[in-house]
Amino acid sequence: MDFLENKFFLIALTFVVFLGSKLLQRRTGVALLNPILVSIIVLIVILLSCGVDYETYASGGEYIEFWLKPAVVALGVPLYRQLENIRKQMLPLLLAELAGCVVGIVSVVLIAELLGATKEVIISLAPKAVTTPIAMEISTAMGGIPSLTAAVVVCTGIFGGMAGFRMVKLSHIKSPIASGLSIGTASHAVGTASAMERGERYGAFSSLGLTLNGLLTALLSPFILDLLGYTV
Amino acid sequence: MILQCAVLFAFLAMGEFIVYATGIPVPSSIIGMLLLAAGLKLRVVRLMWVDKVADFLVKNLGFFFVPAGVGLMRCLGLISEQWLPIVGASVISTFLIIASTGWVHQIVRRTIAPHHHHHSETGKADEA
Repeated sequence: MDFLENKFFLIALTFVVFLGSKLLQRRTGVALLNPILVSIIVLIVILLSCGVDYETYASGGEYIEFWLKPAVVALGVPLYRQLENIRKQMLPLLLAELAGCVVGIVSVVLIAELLGATKEVIISLAPKAVTTPIAMEISTAMGGIPSLTAAVVVCTGIFGGMAGFRMVKLSHIKSPIASGLSIGTASHAVGTASAMERGERYGAFSSLGLTLNGLLTALLSPFILDLLGYTV
Repeated sequence: MILQCAVLFAFLAMGEFIVYATGIPVPSSIIGMLLLAAGLKLRVVRLMWVDKVADFLVKNLGFFFVPAGVGLMRCLGLISEQWLPIVGASVISTFLIIASTGWVHQIVRRTIAPHHHHHSETGKADEA
């Protein structure tokens, strides 16, 4: 069974599972069968039933995760293609981001508190809307649990990707710019991937949303958590 | 493809350098993204040098998150103990972020330019 710990096998397994999940969604057309979500569940079931721990899986998985950074840099291309639109509405964009950032942190903290989460879990949830490296940095600095933060960040992204456009419709948000921006603000790069599928303008403003909310959350979350009574 | 990767990784490396030199708590990839957009705008790099690899990576962004998601298996115990606050708070908060961001954007835009953007509230006019 040692071969299951071979990193090339684990990389191949990840590709095959993801490919299968994509085909499954294409064949069935069921939105709930999000390929990222299905892949994660299938891989966890396989690893647990074969007794392979996460650290072993990560020895192969890290080569896939490695491409996250270049992929985020690549978002500069759709962003560039929309620069003219961004320049034209600096003020609405910044104010919208400020609202999204503050509402996001305050709401997740208060709701988790109300539903009886422990302090460490609440802090781990606070930066859940932003991209993994920023969120984990905040979680670590404020005394949260980084691995929980990483898991919640990915799940929030998947949820935003699956349900984001339905929520946009439900909130009567009509312009593609506001739609893309909201989805990127709430569900970072995973949400952006789904916005990109709908059109490059949605995707570009979603990239802008994830960037601005990432920066604002990094700057403001220590103060907001402090005001809510969560001091380091 | 080598040129394309060279340009992309050069911008990532610049982001890494800025983080290394200044110690700011922002991911190098986000700095690289902003620098790439600026570089294209200032014509330091041409779009055709980087668009193929960029489009490929952007199109498959979700796949690169799979290993981080598998990391969820490290905290299955904690999640099963407190699943209600974790799931409930994340879901409701995601909805509130989407609503508040979109609303503020639309309201501010309507307020500061009532004439110009009168038609822009619909998707069609925005695409024009």
